[in-house]
Amino acid sequence: MITAQNLTKTYTQTVLNIDHLEVPKGQSFGLVGNNGAGKTTLFSLLLDLIQPTTGHIINNDVQVDQSEAWKPFTSAFIDETFLIGYLTPEEYFYFIGELRGRNKADVDALLSNYEDFFHGEILGQKKYLRDLSKGNQKKVGIVASFIGNPEVVILDEPFANLDPTTQIRLKGIIKDLAAKEGVTVLVSSHDLIHVTEVCERIVVLNKGEIVKDIKTSTETLKELETFFGG
Amino acid sequence: MLKRFLGLQWKSFYRAASFKTEIWFKILMGIGALWFILVFLGMGFGSYIMIKEAGIGDPLRVVNQYMIYYLAFDLVLRYMLQKMPVTNIKPLLYLPIKKSKVVNYSLGKTVVSFFNIMHAFFFVPFSVVLIMEGYATVSVIGWHLGFMALIFINNFINVMVNNKDSVFYVLAGLFLMAGISQYYQWFDITLYTQPIFDFFFDVPWTAIVPWLLLISLYFLAYSYFKKHMYLDGGLATKQSEAKTENLDWLNRFGNLGTFLKNDIKLIKRNKRSRTAVLTGFFFIFYGLLFFTGAIEVYESPFWSMFAGIFVTGGFLFSFGQYVPSWDSSYYPLMMSQNIRYKEYLSSKWYLVIIATIISTILATFYLYFGWEAYAAVLVGAIYNIGINSYLVLWGGAYVKTPIDLTSNKKAFGDKQAFNAKTLLLTLPKMLLPIIIYAAGHLLVSPLVGYLCVALVGLLGFMFKNKAFKMIEGIYKKEKYKTLLAYKQK
Repeated sequence: MITAQNLTKTYTQTVLNIDHLEVPKGQSFGLVGNNGAGKTTLFSLLLDLIQPTTGHIINNDVQVDQSEAWKPFTSAFIDETFLIGYLTPEEYFYFIGELRGRNKADVDALLSNYEDFFHGEILGQKKYLRDLSKGNQKKVGIVASFIGNPEVVILDEPFANLDPTTQIRLKGIIKDLAAKEGVTVLVSSHDLIHVTEVCERIVVLNKGEIVKDIKTSTETLKELETFFGG
Repeated sequence: MLKRFLGLQWKSFYRAASFKTEIWFKILMGIGALWFILVFLGMGFGSYIMIKEAGIGDPLRVVNQYMIYYLAFDLVLRYMLQKMPVTNIKPLLYLPIKKSKVVNYSLGKTVVSFFNIMHAFFFVPFSVVLIMEGYATVSVIGWHLGFMALIFINNFINVMVNNKDSVFYVLAGLFLMAGISQYYQWFDITLYTQPIFDFFFDVPWTAIVPWLLLISLYFLAYSYFKKHMYLDGGLATKQSEAKTENLDWLNRFGNLGTFLKNDIKLIKRNKRSRTAVLTGFFFIFYGLLFFTGAIEVYESPFWSMFAGIFVTGGFLFSFGQYVPSWDSSYYPLMMSQNIRYKEYLSSKWYLVIIATIISTILATFYLYFGWEAYAAVLVGAIYNIGINSYLVLWGGAYVKTPIDLTSNKKAFGDKQAFNAKTLLLTLPKMLLPIIIYAAGHLLVSPLVGYLCVALVGLLGFMFKNKAFKMIEGIYKKEKYKTLLAYKQK
């Protein structure tokens, strides 16, 4: 589904350097690494928000920095810059829905699946997105990225800022997406426990380079803890 | 401690991302400030002689008479432009610094603002001229000190009423009414205020009254801020109750409707964009200066073309030139969502066009000044639609200042207008139509002049697709730079 080839990004220093990375369709892919390891850089490159210094990323046969054709089947939530502060959550969902060719009824049907997840704090609150708490903003952004049956979903640090209940629910949601609907889910996180629970495959970035590429098993958490602890 | 505060201030100033941009901007800012200073100096030195020659009375008394409007206007200007001290307080709250110190510093900072110093350029030379003209020195000093206090009182009034729109609009409305009723001689507010100002001169020690007022106002502001220095108090951002709106009637425009819906909400729900619309609205009346002959210089027919451009182009300039900065806070979303640049730009273009057409209709009252006045407006509208609408979008691609939608500060005089490329683009926006008109006017007749400008506008309109392709290309090219710039708030 996604292939990165000779991908580097250099500012004054090289912050990302990936020879080859391939994520097959329907995989739940976890990206871990310390601050500055290049996680967000990789995701930004995937979304064509920054330009690679060398190499390229191909998303479903589309080279992302050449064509915009990846946009219809790819969605993401990176940070609050993906939210429109002056809209209510409903308006925001409908807006995204319209961009992705979904009418109100479609969006409402999708949202009804996430009532648990929203915990009654999102819909019908008479608040603009900018006035919601960080955690609730995040919930909105994450659910919005599921609108319109995307084939690739990219979530940067989805667990941070969420309450425990929501974290557990989100884990279920992400697992289902990959397992039942064949969506390729890319997740980055600092929380090793969450990632190992959710992702079939975990890639460790360190100073911009892939240092580990693990198929998740019962020993994975231990392995990661040793890596980061030592 | 103060030294450390000042150090922080200085760093926040020169390390701001926007500061590092254009040398042009700095130069123009300098020129702008210099211009203000010169105008005020000119007023300070010149008004005495001008009033004397006009023969409308003792210059000092005349100045005193109108001072109330001077002060009112100052207050309005401050309310709209002067930055509030509460910003940047948050990170200091939990540090081991006494609250009183933080408040004193924040309030003290407003005192050295340009908005206060500016007035010195009028009052100091004016006072000097007065003394040289033989007015009693002690009296002039009393008068001078009195007004100095009043200016600072304005400063603190502004600090106190900041962000209380209701108070502001009531006050501004009252002064506007006072001005109108004075003009029509229904009621003259200056009859009541002039004696107060005269008093500072006639009985110099009375200047102590405004100073006492100033001091008490300072302490009022001080205790107010100290009491409200909590995250859920004075430092909280205001929240308004949200209402979900449908605007379904726009659905018939397909994808374009999606963006238009969003843009309408953008305009309605954010302070900054509302200001842009309001500015655009006021521009409709800008032409009155030209067509009523209120200002002599403006009477040449070429200026009427200039007026025509502005009357219908207010929104185009105040809103259009900030595209895409209006969407700066969520630009990464726009760039990764299923959006084509062309649709995004078209929606902004339509918005500008609709506003131009509405302005043209509202401006029908210029017919009162003769067909030529309205012809200028009409032709201006055609040129705005056909040429300027592209030019503002084009220029927008180079405007990389993120906009804080919720705040009105910097709504005017933002550095964006002053980068070299946008500056160059203003030439065809304003000068070209005047030149075309002048050519037609001088060579044949005024009518032909108007027709020529209209023709250029129509030509531009016909090449819409081509123009859009070009603008789209520029936006794409600038995409990464723009994203980067918007990240730095």
